[in-house]
Amino acid sequence: MSETLTLSKAIGTGLRRALADDDKVVLMGEDIGRLGGVFRVTEGLQRDFGPDRVMDTPLAEAGIMGTAIGLAFRGYRPVVEIQFDGFIYPAFDQIVAQLAKLHYRTRGNVRMPITVRVPYGGGIGSVEHHSESPEAYFAHTAGLRVVTCSNPQDAHTMIRQAIASDDPVMFFEPKRRYWAKGEVDETIDDSTLPMGSARVAAEGTDVTLVAYGPLVKTALDAAAAAADDGLSVEVVDLRSLSPIDFDTVEASVRKTGRLVITHEAAQFGGLGAEIAASITDRCFYHLEAAPARVTGFDTPYPAAKLEEHFLPDLDRILDAVDRVLGRENSLTGGLV
Amino acid sequence: MRSAISEQQSGSEENSLSEVFGPDEELIQILTPFGERVSQPLFDSWIDDVDSAALLALYEDMVVVRRIDTEATALQRQGELGLWAPLLGQEAAQIGSARALRSDDFVFTSYRENAVAYCRGVQLVDLVKVWRGVANSGWNPFEVNMATPAVIIGAQSLHATGYAMGCQKDGVDSVAVAYFGDGATSQGDVNEAMIFAASFHAPVIFFCQNNQWAISEPVGLQAVRPISDRSPGFGIPSLRVDGNDVLAVTATMRIALDRARTGGGPTFIEAVTYRMGPHTTSDDPTKYEDVDLHAQWAAKDPILRLERHLEATGVLDDAARASVKEKSDEVARGFRAACHTLDDPEPLAVFDHVYSAPHSGVDRQKRQYAAYLSYIEGGTR
Ligand SMILES: Cc1ncc(C[n+]2csc(CCOP(=O)(O)OP(=O)(O)O)c2C)c(N)n1
Ligand SMILES: [Mg+2]
Repeated sequence: MSETLTLSKAIGTGLRRALADDDKVVLMGEDIGRLGGVFRVTEGLQRDFGPDRVMDTPLAEAGIMGTAIGLAFRGYRPVVEIQFDGFIYPAFDQIVAQLAKLHYRTRGNVRMPITVRVPYGGGIGSVEHHSESPEAYFAHTAGLRVVTCSNPQDAHTMIRQAIASDDPVMFFEPKRRYWAKGEVDETIDDSTLPMGSARVAAEGTDVTLVAYGPLVKTALDAAAAAADDGLSVEVVDLRSLSPIDFDTVEASVRKTGRLVITHEAAQFGGLGAEIAASITDRCFYHLEAAPARVTGFDTPYPAAKLEEHFLPDLDRILDAVDRVLGRENSLTGGLV
Repeated sequence: MRSAISEQQSGSEENSLSEVFGPDEELIQILTPFGERVSQPLFDSWIDDVDSAALLALYEDMVVVRRIDTEATALQRQGELGLWAPLLGQEAAQIGSARALRSDDFVFTSYRENAVAYCRGVQLVDLVKVWRGVANSGWNPFEVNMATPAVIIGAQSLHATGYAMGCQKDGVDSVAVAYFGDGATSQGDVNEAMIFAASFHAPVIFFCQNNQWAISEPVGLQAVRPISDRSPGFGIPSLRVDGNDVLAVTATMRIALDRARTGGGPTFIEAVTYRMGPHTTSDDPTKYEDVDLHAQWAAKDPILRLERHLEATGVLDDAARASVKEKSDEVARGFRAACHTLDDPEPLAVFDHVYSAPHSGVDRQKRQYAAYLSYIEGGTR
């Protein structure tokens, strides 16, 4: 019983089901009610569940986050929408200093079953603050689960898992893939898929390519292009960024001996560094080459006309694949 | 001054249009929607010098900025700009306030204040750089004493306050102005800015354009009382002005500027206006806007009312009209042409200006990316 949905619609149907199944679930955010959100993810939900369940909030992210925490104290299960990645920072204090720490601080007495939905990433030609990838800040923060989806089925399943989680979940939505379509089976039992598990999105034997969120599609395209070159690239879609399913990545790297990691976020102190270090630690003797990272630059997100350079693309990924395979690549002759 | 501020509520009881538009006695209004000039004893003296020529100049400004706005929207539709945030309907609030400033005052705005930028002398081509996606900002703030727009709602209100604190420390009588919207008043930053301004008695003006909307959210979600009611609680007097009345805006802004320059501290102005266009070119107001409300506000159009006034007083004759039209046509032509001259940035510009001094990490990435570009251009990959 599956239907074809866009990724945004798949999240919307997941939210709809969560609202229907549990009357403690409330949605909060700017413009999510009447307008249905600037990406229309919550379209129709206020109409069907009323403004008490689907709340347009005042324009204040710290306020949204802080009141969501209060609602959680009172037994609610808030799902917060941050309109764009770059607008999460006013809420950062509430997330990092309160939301993330409450369970620990209260020795498990207070649970924070809050989901924070964040459309993130670039590629939509937008102005400043609308294309950022802030996931590493949150993955760096103990107490938060951090996940991101790459396709409609996962989006649908994972949003429901996130809402069901008794821990706070940062749910990153790859905004440039909102319109990507795919089959969604709404009857899949959520519990059969731990939210923290990675997925081998394409099997291969020569190189392991780790990606998540918006770049999974790019990675799959790169793997297909590499296949034309006679190379077999295994693509791992992480899905969860905290915790990271290292077992799946490790199993792949033990097979291929080579690791490339790609994300849109800046390189310095990013998830690529964590994955490279952890995998090197776990299977050093299986690695044939140093892990390579293909990431956004260590610069602010640039103006729209420059984002094609900033964002990892198929060619940059293939160049790194060449590098870990010891083939000719842009850095042949040594790192500049 | 303080009495003008506290007594303004006695306002325009004789307003002959009160039956048409409902009692607006809480608003400072000098020019009614029908273009009638009403006497406002507490405010008239502040605009004594605004003669026919000055009024005509304000009219021309408003027509020109509306024309720029329309042109930019067209450019967006034609794919020349990625996005545009129209100011349609807010011309009087922006022109009236910005024309009251001195060049050494400093302005911190949001993204919709294109008419303010015009008054500050920002080149039109610089206005569209961000929207065309060629740069993260359009101009050097110190050349026009106006910061480039803040997209993070409310952030600039603190910057204006800090700038004003600096002016105060320097012993100059320059004033800083923060422009923001009704939605922004919910942000912590704006409220904190008012606290700092009050505590330090900073020469800053909080100029809030209440255009009734924050994207799809009506102002009632941000404030259950008039927005101007909030700042007195912080110790900052406020004025609530008809934002579609360029004369009333001019008068209130001059009062606030005078207070700031003479050690009177901060003032909050709520300019009550209406966003006649979409939030941005990617917004669809039909999803949430009430058509009757829109129509009501159309009748209070800021340009129309000044036009009526200038016609009735014989200032706007055929010659004046032709000259305003010529000016706005010329500006629009120049604007469009300039927009086409904007080249895409060079790829390696991604790495420019991250720091003011060399940074080994970014510098290395830049070298690597340069090597990569020449490698792929060499056609190896
Ligand atoms: C911190 C932050 N949150 C959310 C947004 C998204 N956003 C952009 S404009 C806007 C509404 C602003 O309304 P208002 O302050 O009234 O200004 P107006 O657009 O009406 O001029 C919102 C929510 C943002 N830019 N920054
Ligand atoms: Mg507004």
